[in-house]
Amino acid sequence: MERPLTRNIHPGSLPLDIDGYERAGGYQSLRKALKSMSPEAVMKEVTDAKLRGRGGAGFPTGQKWSFVPRGKDAAGQKYLVVNGDEMEPGTFKDRLLLEGDPHQMIEAVIVSAYAIGASIAYLFIRAEYVFAAERIARAIGEAEARGYLGRNILGSGFDLDVHVHKSAGRYICGEETALLTALEGQRALPRSKPPFPQASGLWGRPTVVNNVETLCNVPHIIERGAAWFRGLSLGPDGGTKIYGASGRLKRPGAWELPMGTPLRELVEEHAGGMREGYRLRGLLPGGASTAFLGPEQLDVAMDFSSVEKAGSRLGTGTLIVLDDRTCPIGMLRNLEHFFAQESCGWCTPCRDGLPWTERILAAIEAGEGREEDLDVLAMHTRFLGPGKTFCAHAPGAMAPLESGLKQFRGDFEHHIRSKSCPWSQ
Amino acid sequence: MATMHVDGSEYQVAATDNVLHACLSHGLDIPYFCWHPALGSVGACRQCAVKEFRNAEDRSGHLVMACMTPATDGIRISIDDPEAVAFRRSVIEWLMTNHPHDCPVCPEGGECHLQDMTLMTGHIYRRYRFTKRTFRNQHLGPFVAHEMNRCIACYRCVRFYRDYAGGRDLDAYAAHNHVYFGRAQDGVLENPFSGNLVEVCPTGVFTDKTLGEVYTRKWDLKGAPSVCVHCGLGCNTTPNARQGDVRRVLNRYNGEVNGYFLCDRGRFGHGFLNSERRIRRSLTATGGVASPVTRSAALSRLSELLCEQDAIGIGSPRASLEANFALRRLVGAERFYSGLGSREERLLSTILATLREGHAATASLREAEDCDAVLVLGEDVAETAPRLALSLRQAVRQAGMATAERLHVPRWQDAAVREAARDVLSPLALATPAPTRLDDVASFAYRAAPADIARLGFAIAHAIDATAPKVADLAEPVQRLAARIATALTAARRPLVVSGAGAGSEAVIGAAGNVADALCRTGRTARIVLTVPECNSLGLALMRAQPLSAALTALRDGRARTVVVLENDLYRRADAATVDAALGAAVHVIALDHVRNDTVQQAELVLAAGTFAEASGTLVSNEGRAQRYFQLLFPEDDIVASWKWLNAAAVACGRSAPWRSLDDAIAALAKEMPALAAIGAAAPGTGFRVDGNRIASEPHRYSGRTALHADRSVFEPKPPPHDDGPYTNSMEGYYGTMPAALYPYIWAPAWNSVQALNKFQAEVGGAMAGGDAGVRLLGSRLASRGYARDVPPPFAPREHEWLIVPQYELFGSEELSALAPAILERSGQVRIALNAQDAATLAVADGETVAVALTPAAVHAKVSIHPALPHGVAALSTGARGFAATALPAFAGLSRVGNVEAVS
Repeated sequence: MERPLTRNIHPGSLPLDIDGYERAGGYQSLRKALKSMSPEAVMKEVTDAKLRGRGGAGFPTGQKWSFVPRGKDAAGQKYLVVNGDEMEPGTFKDRLLLEGDPHQMIEAVIVSAYAIGASIAYLFIRAEYVFAAERIARAIGEAEARGYLGRNILGSGFDLDVHVHKSAGRYICGEETALLTALEGQRALPRSKPPFPQASGLWGRPTVVNNVETLCNVPHIIERGAAWFRGLSLGPDGGTKIYGASGRLKRPGAWELPMGTPLRELVEEHAGGMREGYRLRGLLPGGASTAFLGPEQLDVAMDFSSVEKAGSRLGTGTLIVLDDRTCPIGMLRNLEHFFAQESCGWCTPCRDGLPWTERILAAIEAGEGREEDLDVLAMHTRFLGPGKTFCAHAPGAMAPLESGLKQFRGDFEHHIRSKSCPWSQ
Repeated sequence: MATMHVDGSEYQVAATDNVLHACLSHGLDIPYFCWHPALGSVGACRQCAVKEFRNAEDRSGHLVMACMTPATDGIRISIDDPEAVAFRRSVIEWLMTNHPHDCPVCPEGGECHLQDMTLMTGHIYRRYRFTKRTFRNQHLGPFVAHEMNRCIACYRCVRFYRDYAGGRDLDAYAAHNHVYFGRAQDGVLENPFSGNLVEVCPTGVFTDKTLGEVYTRKWDLKGAPSVCVHCGLGCNTTPNARQGDVRRVLNRYNGEVNGYFLCDRGRFGHGFLNSERRIRRSLTATGGVASPVTRSAALSRLSELLCEQDAIGIGSPRASLEANFALRRLVGAERFYSGLGSREERLLSTILATLREGHAATASLREAEDCDAVLVLGEDVAETAPRLALSLRQAVRQAGMATAERLHVPRWQDAAVREAARDVLSPLALATPAPTRLDDVASFAYRAAPADIARLGFAIAHAIDATAPKVADLAEPVQRLAARIATALTAARRPLVVSGAGAGSEAVIGAAGNVADALCRTGRTARIVLTVPECNSLGLALMRAQPLSAALTALRDGRARTVVVLENDLYRRADAATVDAALGAAVHVIALDHVRNDTVQQAELVLAAGTFAEASGTLVSNEGRAQRYFQLLFPEDDIVASWKWLNAAAVACGRSAPWRSLDDAIAALAKEMPALAAIGAAAPGTGFRVDGNRIASEPHRYSGRTALHADRSVFEPKPPPHDDGPYTNSMEGYYGTMPAALYPYIWAPAWNSVQALNKFQAEVGGAMAGGDAGVRLLGSRLASRGYARDVPPPFAPREHEWLIVPQYELFGSEELSALAPAILERSGQVRIALNAQDAATLAVADGETVAVALTPAAVHAKVSIHPALPHGVAALSTGARGFAATALPAFAGLSRVGNVEAVS
């Protein structure tokens, strides 16, 4: 089984420097793209590879790139921005890639920037990812020294400067337009779309924002072709996926596996199943902002469309597992606390609705719940849904709550009736 | 046009609008907070949710925000859809989770948009049972009070203050439901438009602090349409009164003039009405002792003095047309003098000639906002005509708007437009002696003495049209600058030239006229704005009287023995020695005024004159717009409109028929002065009725009619008759749609806040239904103006003297507003700005004091060193002390006094 993204990553050892990376076959994709391919050809290869965004939304990458204005009428500065603001609770896949193989990231940035005609790229890295930022900064220096960055790269006439921007630390910066606003030094508020960043992005210029894992696939697609990439997957979307799992499992961790690997294989095989004395009650398949799947849904394939059919989203592909010795309402309270705190404060339903759900959940946990609280929570899951709020933050926050209200209805009612939490006794 | 389907009915709308704008313009109610007609849409509050259907068959639809949805042709929406109704109710419920529900003690109560919207959505019962967040409030200076707990985070305040008005010291801090709108620390809000926060804020976070000191609910406030008297732009205002006192001034919407916003001088300047220098009783002075006289005694004394043949009258640019005309009628046209200083007189006639004979039309403030390249020549508009500076801030956005248009972003998509536009600004060239508050948005800033500013203007005109006079010996960098500005102006679709009397230079105005004419003569549609110092400067100029200097000479020479001075402090117009000599030589000095000043002190008879609050009248703004203000207060003491005093005397002397009302005054004036013949159309006359009814001056909930006077009588007093306007002076009478010039207040059922304005506009943010108020007197231009040819020689710095130019100040320079306590608190010390080289010559350091050897008396001023000032030029600001600015610019010596306190 091939694992192109993590081939150079070995737990416990330092990442490869530029020599090591090149010895392992690195920067060949860069040579191939810049010396023998047009930007359009690079873009076509990525489109044909059926690469979809790994940040959570799963938008086809080639299509996203194609919206960048091209040609003579579209002169002027364009930007590529790497979204490394991995703040989704339970998610740590981008950290693995940034810390584990920084040169893969740099090569991905160069090839992708070449495809969209961007001469400046920013790596927006989560505030807490100190090692990642350091290693990327070092890798940029090495690549510059070798002429892979800067003016006229490999004699191709293509210029690229790459900058690392360490986030000041807010979840909303993972939303691509809020990320751009933050990058400009302003309050991290999302922007209305349209206009999309490809038309008016960073400093009003055409900009593509891609997730770390998404971009890291690009050098491999260019080097080995779209057909090879599609063949890596078990389903309709191309490539591998870095899956992860946390919770009371025997071996929580992250693994690069074919896209579409069954959930059961992840939980039972790679994560080793539940720890002794714990039973699986449910799981969030792709981070905190995805809906619960139940123990009876373990046979779902972890690809975009299958998880959606099952009533949730693939999201970041990193599972958060709920066991039977943890109060689901406590878990939801914890999640909603996070989402309420991370609301940027721009739109009313999110800013004032999320804290309300958090406080109701806390009241229920504390034995102060009321029957009508369930109606209020249900009202929030409806009215904080997609299209009703300014960005996807609140709908994401409502995904676990809405599914949790259904899946753990009995627990909610028991809390309210008995005026206590069974798990805290 | 596009067809919009709303709940089964069809409406014709502009496809360039958004659904909220289109619905409100058709009178449909949709609640909203973050959207504002002047600020556009950002989609933050989610209050205006409606349901959109894909087609006629779509029954489920989806919620959209009306403000963020283009009104495309064929769009189908529902306001009444149950899910939309429920969602909107939820939005209010969310907003209310942290709102303190302190309406009974909140100054916004009764005119609160949040209250209105809460009722509109039907949210009644509170389900949120947890604690609310609380904030610490800030001291924001004398104008605006701050109560953050009431905040519903609509972001309008920062969008107005920062994005629209260019302020930097108010911002949004923190996040989630702790987002805080305030300053980084307590302190005065620096932006000169901060008072608009009071009207922009949909609830009681930002409220009028001056009203707070004499607080009254909106429904207990009587109103009258008025015109701001604190500069020459003629912004429309609504003063509000209770128990005989003006309690506040609100913006009165005029789509062509001030739109939704006033400057802080205009909003808070009304404090002069209650200043300790206010004249409430007429006085006679004998042997230096002034004693009050009754109205009839004052009038008979006035008639007695004036029926003599040799009385002369001195008019005023801050008195109404009617008052000036009544004086002219009383003393005779040949003995009527304008009351303007000689320089001011010349400047105003140059301005009037340029407006009348020039090739470019005058721009209203609204039109100025649409201009895409602006040259400001010599005038520090941010201090002398502040509302114009706010319009120019919008004008520089035109280039960014064009960028957004290329990206197919509609104009109303405010955040997206600003993202796309970035720092792309339309060209704004500022040529002034000293730095200005508009410098942050200027593409070109040129600091020079007035003569050199004029030369730059002449050079720009020549660069546009080679037949315009050439400037000899122009320095190379200035030549290049002129060429660049000329290129920017000629490349623009709607270029604008701004200048005015502020630089004290006819050459500057002439140069500005040349630039505008050069653009027009070479086939462009250029516009011009020339600012004037006072609220009726242009009106007085249109009356064409002899200058003040001639009156003073006539008095000094004994050719005139009696003088009537109308609402004018002559010591602000001419030097004290000349005025002293003239008034000293006069046998009888009669003054009509409403505040005590140095001229009033010289009068043997002082008549208590009505201000804009106690009189009706007409003012002509800088664009030649005649606008009516109506009497609001009917004081029991002897305050009478100046024109009534003067007409009564004229009747007594057999020189005029009695004017029973303002209508008669206007009719007499229009008959005698063709240039002003149209002023009757500024507003309907006193005979205006709706279904036989006069207009109610008080809201229908006005309370305490008997209680207010219960200490004297338990009977309700009869309201005083309103002789000079179609009003009842009570809560009885008509209220509803009426001509724009007449609204005494703005209110509509279920719309108690200022947002009720939507109900009275032809289109939201556009003209008032039936047209905006006022009539333009300079409609047809002669386009006969030949190029001004008097190019001045370059400014030559002198060895031991400096050219002292006036540094006007928003707070302080204007005579009346400087008496308002809140304005006084904001006005500064006497200061003089110099560049470092000149300061070194004088051996003075920043903060030290110099004596400015002005004639007749030296002034002590604190030095501030400013690198931008040209060598040999010093900019003098005099704070609230006022100075005969009409005497400047002038050369004067400067000498170091050292580190002593300047006179303030």
